[in-house]
Amino acid sequence: MREDLCSQLLPAGRATLRRGVAVAMVVGLLSAGRASEAQAPSAAAPAPAAPPLVIGLGQPLSPADIDRYAITVFPNGRNLPPGRGSVEQGARLYAMHCAACHGAQGIEGPAARLVGTDGFIGWSDPLRPLRVRKYPLQVLSVGAMWPYATTVFDYVRRGMPMHAPKSLADNEVYGITAHLLHLNGLVAGDALMDKEKLPQVVMPGRDRTVSAWPQER
Amino acid sequence: MGGLATGGVGMAVAQAAQPRPLAARLPDAMTRPGGADLPYGLPAAQEAQVERTLSTAAGFPVWRTPLQHQRGIITPSGLHFAVHHNGVPDIAPERHTLKVHGLVHKPLRFDLERLLRYPMVSRVHFLECAGNSAANALSPTALDQTLGEIAGEVSCSEWTGVPLAYLLNEAGVKDRAQWVVAEGADGGSHSRSLPLKALLEHGMVALYQNGERLRPSQGYPMRLFMPGWEGNVNVKWLHRLEVTDAPAYTKDESGLYTQVLADGRIERFAFHMEVKSVITHPSGQQRLPEPHGFCEIAGLAWSGRGRITRVDVSVDGGRTWAAAQLHGPVLDRAFTRFTLPWQWNGRKADLMSRATDEHGRTQPLRSEWKRRYAMHSFNHYNAVQAWRVQADGRVENVYA
Repeated sequence: MREDLCSQLLPAGRATLRRGVAVAMVVGLLSAGRASEAQAPSAAAPAPAAPPLVIGLGQPLSPADIDRYAITVFPNGRNLPPGRGSVEQGARLYAMHCAACHGAQGIEGPAARLVGTDGFIGWSDPLRPLRVRKYPLQVLSVGAMWPYATTVFDYVRRGMPMHAPKSLADNEVYGITAHLLHLNGLVAGDALMDKEKLPQVVMPGRDRTVSAWPQER
Repeated sequence: MGGLATGGVGMAVAQAAQPRPLAARLPDAMTRPGGADLPYGLPAAQEAQVERTLSTAAGFPVWRTPLQHQRGIITPSGLHFAVHHNGVPDIAPERHTLKVHGLVHKPLRFDLERLLRYPMVSRVHFLECAGNSAANALSPTALDQTLGEIAGEVSCSEWTGVPLAYLLNEAGVKDRAQWVVAEGADGGSHSRSLPLKALLEHGMVALYQNGERLRPSQGYPMRLFMPGWEGNVNVKWLHRLEVTDAPAYTKDESGLYTQVLADGRIERFAFHMEVKSVITHPSGQQRLPEPHGFCEIAGLAWSGRGRITRVDVSVDGGRTWAAAQLHGPVLDRAFTRFTLPWQWNGRKADLMSRATDEHGRTQPLRSEWKRRYAMHSFNHYNAVQAWRVQADGRVENVYA
């Protein structure tokens, strides 16, 4: 029983060690690692990193599976798919799929504010008290706060529209992204977005960004 | 039974002397066999009011823990808070896999059966939404609500799972690797970027909560768990870890889970939840009973950076403070229970608690917290919570 345990946990080749030595090695491996690290009053020191103990039960992930699941788009444009969409196409799609929740102009809600400044809704807005009370998160705006336009594409493609996420074609996502950027005054009305142009759009949120990691205030 | 019909002095005396059966003078429950139990137990029917409260004011459902009923450091799993941006997915565990790829030497997938064979650790940790107590941060006047409604986006459980280091080491991260983008298998494919170094030190793929497999609303069959970090990075329904050299600036690290500072800059990647405490008894909308007199003030304190070392309590609006008693176990990044005996004299009193952690970090007053952030910021609110006990015993949320 003990020997079975040892031969499973020890790296190949070690299983031939004499029984007593092998047991000691297993105990040593475990007690050195996080697996048995008690949640004891061990002062402020961070927990030690796990040892390079490889269990080895993971199975190879095929390139086809990576392609199938890896949908994250990065600020430099990495992983943006082929295709393109215009502001005009996006406006039609927005009215059909997005306006009911985000409002025709992207500011009315009830869902997150997509356009304009962040902060409290303007005093001149006749519906201000209603909006602030009912939809407090409308103090945030995608256009003002998000640092990279690639994130607009990434999130619309993975999560929108809320009732049918991932139902839009890549060209449609490019179009809706272009429309939202235009509503924010960041691209022209005849703009066309694709994987080359989208990462070049400069968002106001980028220069306002300060990272709390790794520096801590 | 026999004496009644025949009568007679002798019989009457005997009858009076014969004690009545116990059932005549003891509570009903002691006079009959009990009812059947259930395969999966439930709270007493009489405690049905102890429930999470649902708020949709943010535009998505927020289920808050009724902390005003919690005594002890573990939140029952069914009362654990939950914030759902895309609902609760129905995941078939036998088809769910965790995939590790990106800047690794060997891209790997782990099905649940195999993952369950890895070495596991168990840790008691709180979990708090970055937006907990947002109403206290945003509302110009203190809302008259219960503690759960005000600050119930925090709970504490024992989490058991596989240290992420085993999985990342097995895949072999490349030298350039700095970040990991974690993604859930929900409708919105929720994703967050996390620093690799921190994940290797503290990250866990949690499979069990309070001894049972995760509940669907907590990420069944698996979630990422980072002790002390804002709830949103603890990706539920975890299915993919992409090792990268830079963050992806996902939706939530672009807007909702960032903070606008007082000078207009936007703070991102502020992962730690700061030191915080709340008095649970008495708290908002409770009423101190008659007669006036002894009342044990009780509460919970926690810090995303380590252990709680002291909690000070004031009953006079912060003019004087007394050290509360901390009740063990006092664990790293976990709820810590505190109490302070109090004689209420029946007059208006403002109760406050202020926690300090092992790094000397202590809670700010609301005015101090507000000075750091823009007026419309609400994440990572950890200011001192104050309760006003009115002369009639009613307890209300007030700003200190």
